[in-house]
Amino acid sequence: MGAPLLSAMSANASTLATTSAGVARRRAWDWGIEKFIYLSSLVAIAIIVLIFFFVGREALPVLTSPQVHEEVTLSTMFLPQNYGTPEAPLPYVWQPVGVHPKYSVMPLLLGSLKATLIAMLFATPLALLAAIYTTEFAPRWIREFIKPIIEMLAGIPSVVLGFFALIVLATVLQDLFDLEYRLNAINAGIALGLAVIPIVYTICEDALTAVPRSYRNASLALGASPWQTAWKVVLPSALPGVFAGIVLGFGRAIGETMIVLMASGNAAITSWNFAEPVRTLSASIAAELGEVVFGSPHYHVLFLLGVMLFVITFTVNWIGTIAVSRLRKRLAGADR
Amino acid sequence: MRKRIAILTIAALVLSASALIAQQRNITVKGSDTLVILGQRWAEVFMSKNPGLSIQVTGGGSGTGIAALINGTTDIAESSRPMKDSEKASTKDKRGKDVLELPVAVDGLAVYVNDANPINELSLTQVKGIYTGAVKNWKDVGGRDERIILYSRENNSGTYVYFKEHVLENADYYPTAQTLPGTAAVINAVAKDTRGIGYGGIAYGKGIKHLRVKKDANSPAVEPTMENVLTAKYPISRYLYWYLAGQPSGDTLKLCQWVMSADGQAVVEKVGYYPLSNTDRTKFAALVGGAAPAKAGKKGS
Repeated sequence: MGAPLLSAMSANASTLATTSAGVARRRAWDWGIEKFIYLSSLVAIAIIVLIFFFVGREALPVLTSPQVHEEVTLSTMFLPQNYGTPEAPLPYVWQPVGVHPKYSVMPLLLGSLKATLIAMLFATPLALLAAIYTTEFAPRWIREFIKPIIEMLAGIPSVVLGFFALIVLATVLQDLFDLEYRLNAINAGIALGLAVIPIVYTICEDALTAVPRSYRNASLALGASPWQTAWKVVLPSALPGVFAGIVLGFGRAIGETMIVLMASGNAAITSWNFAEPVRTLSASIAAELGEVVFGSPHYHVLFLLGVMLFVITFTVNWIGTIAVSRLRKRLAGADR
Repeated sequence: MRKRIAILTIAALVLSASALIAQQRNITVKGSDTLVILGQRWAEVFMSKNPGLSIQVTGGGSGTGIAALINGTTDIAESSRPMKDSEKASTKDKRGKDVLELPVAVDGLAVYVNDANPINELSLTQVKGIYTGAVKNWKDVGGRDERIILYSRENNSGTYVYFKEHVLENADYYPTAQTLPGTAAVINAVAKDTRGIGYGGIAYGKGIKHLRVKKDANSPAVEPTMENVLTAKYPISRYLYWYLAGQPSGDTLKLCQWVMSADGQAVVEKVGYYPLSNTDRTKFAALVGGAAPAKAGKKGS
């Protein structure tokens, strides 16, 4: 719609000064720019497709190659095995380097989930309450003060957050709760939470702001207190957006690498004890891919971990997108 | 006229510069992070003696260096573990040459505990038991009634592989072993954890102590000192290697010969590792072909 209008305007302007040759040149220019922008958008898509294709192709031998199957199959990756001794059986072991490599991904999957769960439990309430406060209650100057500071948290490089968790946070938590391990899921999760807060906050804040003024006015006019209005009217209307924020935060947390690499202890343990160290999918890829023998089963397994992460984050982001579009429809429908 | 002279001068400069670049001789060295500092020191000293020669030393890990050797993207691979037979076979496949294995220095692995830990010595069997999860409490090896917290290296490190093969005898590390990205990180972790145990290069750090290690229950406990490592009294020591595809020639040959000479080995000590013993040096220098062995041997004696 914009393009014909623009070219019509430029055509108008040019007839004043130049001949029809000038018009044609301008039209060609417009056409070229439009195609260039169109191609730029295609490049982004092409890169994603290529990455997915490459990662998938490198992971494929785990499913198909008999050579790889001598060392690892999907069932040895996902199902419990007879590792360890009869007295101390270990059903899941991630130890890909050694005489008998062992590739159970369950500890890594569990590790990723544990760290992410802590991160979400820590970040979601903080970010959501902060968003409610800044949109519904805070005077303008406080909002202008808090909002950029929370958003600045997103600008802190994850390696700095990881270092902070490794040196400072771990000691504080250990002293506070008398934990057996310095580096553990709680420590990594809280540090991850710091990276997630600005994402959840920003999206929740947008969602809450997008709730039409008329909702609040109607609620207040009916005698509800500002708190009742915020909690029972504004928040439910913004729920899909809030949900989208949480989901995108989850995607960020599960894919984040540097923080967990530094703060989690990286031990591939299968347990639900959150005070024990964890090893995540992303940290395993980061730690091991640099050294792995090119084309070995270990190499292909690491790419399969990448595919797993890709699928998890992709699914989660997709759900988030759907939630956002639902919010838009709902609010647009309510306005009419 | 003046302009033309200026142009000619510039052209001449450019030409001579490009001629210089073309003449620049290059050697690439890549691999073990344990060896990277030593490799760089060697390169600096050797380049200062051989102007016009450029040696690039990069780390990345033993596996990275070996992969680069197989793919022909490095002249020399540095490794803190011996190359596997399968890797030697792939090098032969891809490069058409046999691998030349050159032990260039010796490294000892220490077992660390926190300063506050009353334990001072362990046998190799006890260390193995601790790292494989058979021993979980310090009191089982004569210490306090506390859980043992294991610190290990990331599985991409030559140190991890060496420790697994020679101390754990190929058994798996217990899953609770936390993996850290370097010797410094392990030392730091053990210094902060009174129940911790770690292993790595013989490096000193505040808050930790090196255990004396017994080869078996009846043998004497040996401290990881230079003397004990060189005389092989200390049970956890290893060679550090250079790998080449086939016999070197030209500058690479000269570099290898020099590294195996008394001069080259003197650098090893400055960096903090252990030079090869004289017998080892003579023996291994002979691996580098040409007229080298006699010359290197003479220098060493």
